[in-house]
Amino acid sequence: MEDVIIIGGGVIGCMTMRYLSAYKLKVSLIESHSDLASGATMANSAIVHAGYDPVPGTQKAYFNVRGAELYKTVSRELDFLYKPLASLVVAFNGDEMEHVEKLYHRGLENGVPDLHIANQAELRELEPNISPEAKGALVAASAGITEPWGAAISAAENAMDNGAGLILGEKVIGIEKIGEGFVVRTDKKEYKARTVVNAAGVYSDKIHDMLLPPAFTITPRLGQYYLLDRKTVGLVNHTLFACPSKVGKGVLVSPSVHDKLLVGPDAKVVADRDLTMTDAEGLAFVRENAGRFLKDPLPMNLNIRTFAGIRPTPSTDDFMVGKTEMPGFYQAAGVESPGLASAPAIGSYLADEIARDLGAEKKSDFNPIRRPQIRLNRLSEAEKREWIGRDSRYASIVCKCEKVSEAEIVDAIHRNAGATTVKGVKKRVGAGFGRCQGGFCQPVVVNILARELGIPKDQVKYDDEGSEILVGKVK
Amino acid sequence: MVKNPELLIVGGGSAGMAAALSARKSGIQDILILETDPYLGGVLRQCIHTGFGLQTFGEDLTGPEYAGRYQDMMEEEKIPYLLNTPVLEILPDLTVLAISRTEGYLELHPKAIVAATGCRERSAGTIAIPGTRPAGVLTAGTAQRYINIEGYHAGREVVILGSGDIGLIMARRLTLEGAHVKCVAELMPKSGGLTRNIVQCLEDFDIPLLLSTTVAEIHGKERVTGVTLAPVDENLKPILEKSWYVACDTLLLSVGLVPETELFSAAGAEIERGNGLKVDEKLMTSIPGLFGCGNVVKVHDLVDRVSRQGELAGRYAAEYILGGK
Ligand SMILES: Cc1cc2nc3c(=O)[nH]c(=O)nc-3n(C[C@H](O)[C@H](O)[C@H](O)COP(=O)(O)OP(=O)(O)OC[C@H]3O[C@@H](n4cnc5c(N)ncnc54)[C@H](O)[C@@H]3O)c2cc1C
Ligand SMILES: Cc1cc2nc3c(=O)[nH]c(=O)nc-3n(C[C@H](O)[C@H](O)[C@H](O)COP(=O)(O)OP(=O)(O)OC[C@H]3O[C@@H](n4cnc5c(N)ncnc54)[C@H](O)[C@@H]3O)c2cc1C
Repeated sequence: MEDVIIIGGGVIGCMTMRYLSAYKLKVSLIESHSDLASGATMANSAIVHAGYDPVPGTQKAYFNVRGAELYKTVSRELDFLYKPLASLVVAFNGDEMEHVEKLYHRGLENGVPDLHIANQAELRELEPNISPEAKGALVAASAGITEPWGAAISAAENAMDNGAGLILGEKVIGIEKIGEGFVVRTDKKEYKARTVVNAAGVYSDKIHDMLLPPAFTITPRLGQYYLLDRKTVGLVNHTLFACPSKVGKGVLVSPSVHDKLLVGPDAKVVADRDLTMTDAEGLAFVRENAGRFLKDPLPMNLNIRTFAGIRPTPSTDDFMVGKTEMPGFYQAAGVESPGLASAPAIGSYLADEIARDLGAEKKSDFNPIRRPQIRLNRLSEAEKREWIGRDSRYASIVCKCEKVSEAEIVDAIHRNAGATTVKGVKKRVGAGFGRCQGGFCQPVVVNILARELGIPKDQVKYDDEGSEILVGKVK
Repeated sequence: MVKNPELLIVGGGSAGMAAALSARKSGIQDILILETDPYLGGVLRQCIHTGFGLQTFGEDLTGPEYAGRYQDMMEEEKIPYLLNTPVLEILPDLTVLAISRTEGYLELHPKAIVAATGCRERSAGTIAIPGTRPAGVLTAGTAQRYINIEGYHAGREVVILGSGDIGLIMARRLTLEGAHVKCVAELMPKSGGLTRNIVQCLEDFDIPLLLSTTVAEIHGKERVTGVTLAPVDENLKPILEKSWYVACDTLLLSVGLVPETELFSAAGAEIERGNGLKVDEKLMTSIPGLFGCGNVVKVHDLVDRVSRQGELAGRYAAEYILGGK
């Protein structure tokens, strides 16, 4: 019998798992995919929003502002990539300047620190390449950028280091309330738990409806992006948002924590909740709308990848975080943007709620620190020499584009919540993230996975079941 | 301990080896080649078909045979090289930072450098094909490496996009190994591949070459299940009304090669409009003492020309070093 079962291994489920692991509770997380961070957490804008956007008084406003603050400490404890970086909401005309003022006041009401409105001259100074049409901007200095899947995976690893359990590749297909507890049925097994947390993202309405009468629906809304090569470094210094207009919520242009430039998204309601496909119109929309920020056209020829993610947009327009009508059943449902920014705040809130309800105390030996992840390409020369001296596999560079060593890959495979697939390696260490997109290093990564996992090369998968890369030996 | 060479060569493909040999002939003793792969020869190693060296050796060799000849000459001349040693950074004063599996972190100060890093293939991400991003989409060169070096198939039912030489050669190779190559689609009205490859790799195996045709969408969640093919209009836009579906488990891309110039452009070397390193008539880049040859300067069809350019770069680099003394 578990004390808590969390359904969903996105950033929300993983952060909840991590904060719960600080308590004397038996916690497990069930994720239907073969790896964590396979839903909205894998494909989004990666912005830790400051919190000026949500309507005051909503859960979105509450968790966003607290989450943005928490990132500073939690990213250090868990050693995932996070960088404070001001967000700019750029106005191109008088109407948009009015909107910027509105956001400014909303931000103040939400308790967002370090907000101000920049005039055209200051905007030019912040962004020398900005279009001459840009009149001014809201500057939110408490915003940041992060690696969403890194946040999720490192949180889960830390939770497992503190005793939590992880069940991958099992889909929850039914939940029953039996006596004081629950039976959670997956497509493979059954689990008993005193409490259940619904963190199922775009499926959070379905999980809700397994225990309670329907109360809300989730509409899947696709967003598509381009990712431009690191040669764009210096072109844009901050996250640039446009004001919403008749054509929809604005497209953004933002540096990423990997020194790439992220351009997107569009927004389109889709039928399939899992099919994150791009289409020609969506990509064209992104290109056209992102084009207006700078004085010169964006160098779209430096594109190294396009991708898409699905927003779990709730019919209620707000997150549904906390207790439900059913004792023991908790949820973080409908967590669309700013869900990433809110994640640590949602996780710690839910953990405290559940622990209080179950009367659980804090562990005296909880270790909030994840063993640091060595990232060779971010080390100084002296540090590089030192790590190579300790383990010569740091001198074996596998991914030339992002400069990732074999030691980093092997470490990522053997940690808790470790990589078992090529995409898993890519998420954890960035091999294959660069301009050749794995053309050179994928065969080497396949070899390392096969060796470390003790499986034949043609059983190494790219991602989920059925995604083997190789289809048999040459005779 | 690795000591500072007078001439450092980045990349041990056909260009780099030719440059090293001719620099030695021109009087440079201290030469070092740094190569990221575990072998010399570069792309030649995975080209197990013939068609190499008709000009240089007057013989029709395979890629590895051609590379082997150069390696033998290198052994004879005792030219030192380090394998598994990617160069990570070059500074404008010709400082070279590299990491070697055997020697660890290296900081070297040569008098001259020859850039011979070859090129990479344009990926699916770069050309932004709409649809899903499943397993089974890979570049022809990666598939070539899987089959020829690792000994594994990357697919059974194959559509190839792009009729560059690697794509054509892989169409034949995969067919000979028992895969079913359904067609080669080419965006342009004419193939960029060598005529001999179109004849020997497609026509001889009845593989259709569909000109002015592209992949309009990729299908499949985990693994490719098919692609939508469509003819293109005069602006190279797919005409979706005329599109059709082809079931397949693999999409191979042979959509162009891009010179690996980033290491040198980051040091300030100028880039030519065609994307290669810009060099003068003595194959020197805009950075004094940094020379370039082979596919990093311009993508070559024939290895003989690469070797020839490598020889020249080695000689000019030697003159530069000796002249400076
Ligand atoms: C295009 C886009 C842009 C965004 N930009 C931002 C941004 O810049 N800043 C920001 O703060 N937020 C942003 N968001 C929102 C943010 O990405 C999400 O709020 C956040 O990732 C939600 O995390 P989650 O864990 O709730 O969902 P998910 O990451 O989707 O995780 C839910 C998990 O539950 C699993 N699951 C579902 N059903 C079951 C089942 N029956 N059994 C087992 N497992 C199940 C799924 O497989 C999935 O892994 C964006 C979202 C999108 C799509
Ligand atoms: C599939 C294919 C088929 C071909 N068929 C024929 C044919 O039939 N006949 C013919 O004559 N020609 C053919 N060619 C053309 C010819 O073989 C090539 O153009 C030539 O070999 C390229 O030589 P190179 O030295 O410029 O590049 P490469 O062979 O690519 O060598 C570059 C080397 O630099 C290394 N390198 C790159 N970056 C770094 C770094 N940062 N640090 C250290 N090392 C680095 C690489 O690992 C590589 O070994 C073919 C080419 C291909 C790709």
